[in-house]
Amino acid sequence: MIELKSVEKKFGDITVLKGIDLSVEKGEVISVIGASGSGKSTMLYCINALEKIQSGQIIVDGIDVHADQTNLNELRRHIGMVFQQWNSFPHLSVLDNVALAPKLVLGKSKDEAYSIAEKQLKHVGLGDKLDVYPTRMSGGQQQRLAIARALAMEPDYMLFDEVTSALDPELVGEVLDTLRLLRDDGMTMIVVTHEISFARDVSDRVAFFHQGVIEEIGQAQQLINDPQKERTQQFLSNVR
Amino acid sequence: MSTEVNAIQFFSGFQVSDLWYLAKGAGGTIVISAIAISVGTILGCLFGWALSVSRWANMTLGSVLDVFRSVPLIIQLLLFFNFLPILGLPVGPFAAGTIVLIFYTAALVAQVARGGIEAVPSSMRNAARSLGMTYWQDIRYVVMPVGLRAVLPAWTGVALGVLKDSALVSVLGYIELLRASQILVTRTQEPFIILTIVGLFYFALSYPISKMTARLEQRWQYD
Ligand SMILES: Nc1ncnc2c1ncn2[C@@H]1O[C@H](COP(=O)(O)OP(=O)(O)O)[C@@H](O)[C@H]1O
Ligand SMILES: [Mg+2]
Repeated sequence: MIELKSVEKKFGDITVLKGIDLSVEKGEVISVIGASGSGKSTMLYCINALEKIQSGQIIVDGIDVHADQTNLNELRRHIGMVFQQWNSFPHLSVLDNVALAPKLVLGKSKDEAYSIAEKQLKHVGLGDKLDVYPTRMSGGQQQRLAIARALAMEPDYMLFDEVTSALDPELVGEVLDTLRLLRDDGMTMIVVTHEISFARDVSDRVAFFHQGVIEEIGQAQQLINDPQKERTQQFLSNVR
Repeated sequence: MSTEVNAIQFFSGFQVSDLWYLAKGAGGTIVISAIAISVGTILGCLFGWALSVSRWANMTLGSVLDVFRSVPLIIQLLLFFNFLPILGLPVGPFAAGTIVLIFYTAALVAQVARGGIEAVPSSMRNAARSLGMTYWQDIRYVVMPVGLRAVLPAWTGVALGVLKDSALVSVLGYIELLRASQILVTRTQEPFIILTIVGLFYFALSYPISKMTARLEQRWQYD
């Protein structure tokens, strides 16, 4: 379980997260929506400690992420993250992109790492691209590669930060399909997205961010179809 | 009349043994450049890394390196060579030349290395860290290969420049290729032949470097 308790995050003098409370159960899919600049990405970065927090607590499976003694490299094995930019390692083949972290971080042998990588690449539909270099692939394919690369660590949680926002429209579908696949596998996910219908149809709950606070959170269909707060209504009518 | 001509030809003629002398001079150039380029590159990478991670290092180390980059090499050589003995630390021309050339190279490579590190998008490094890689694993397996590919041409330029600039060490009396050629020119009065040969020597030394890096670049093309 991921729990955020009164999390505050500042960049210099600017408070970007103003007391976030959120808990995500095992197996749950939560979508996070909200205007650009409202702190959605920052929250994800704080969950796996790519950013520090100033107050509050983030607890993942009982471990206080921002406590001094927490081994972050160990923690991050359990939390996969995929970014808006696909960040393929350009000097490595698709197979090596995925096998690198299992080798380095999990200490797998080369053969083991390759078989894990191959399995995950097949899972996201890139089984025929193993020896290709990522710059030869489309954005959608590279984003699926990034997903496979994170899955190869066999994480318990996956964080997605607008993974379709940098894609050409015709490539969005294949990546969203991959997320659906993960949902069906039972993966616990926090998905920051602008794809409102995806949020409605695929997630269990949706959280609406506004200027560093969770303005509204609720069951997905209900929040999207019948938002209670005025700001949520406004936001949803603007993006539709 | 004819004896005089013979005497001049005998005195000034370019002989095969002079080629050997030039080759030894080239050996001097190779030794001092190889040391400066290899040690200077390693130091320069450390400096470049420091510049990229710390604003404090950027201000202090950065300005020291700026001095090395902007003061003409020949002045650095003469200052270092002539002032160390005053401090009671006599150094020979080879040691003085090598040390100065190492720091000169390091100062140039530091900028290149910093550029290489900064050429790796921070989101790519975040991706590596989010997979559980340590800071140094990220440096070793992501930043170094990606950054190196980005700045290889710039590094090649530095290396070739140092190879040629190493000729300045001759002002300290160290016999390298240029100095050897000057001695021969004085003796033989045949600058055209000798400088042509020296030019060919420098080309022969540079060519493998540019060829090798060009081949690496091609192999590393992301496609
Ligand atoms: N590294 C940073 N340094 C300073 N300010 C930042 C940094 N990252 C994000 N911010 C600021 O924090 C706010 C929230 O950003 P972000 O979490 O990226 O929003 P969102 O993902 O919802 O668009 C924005 O105002 C942004 O300018
Ligand atoms: Mg964002």
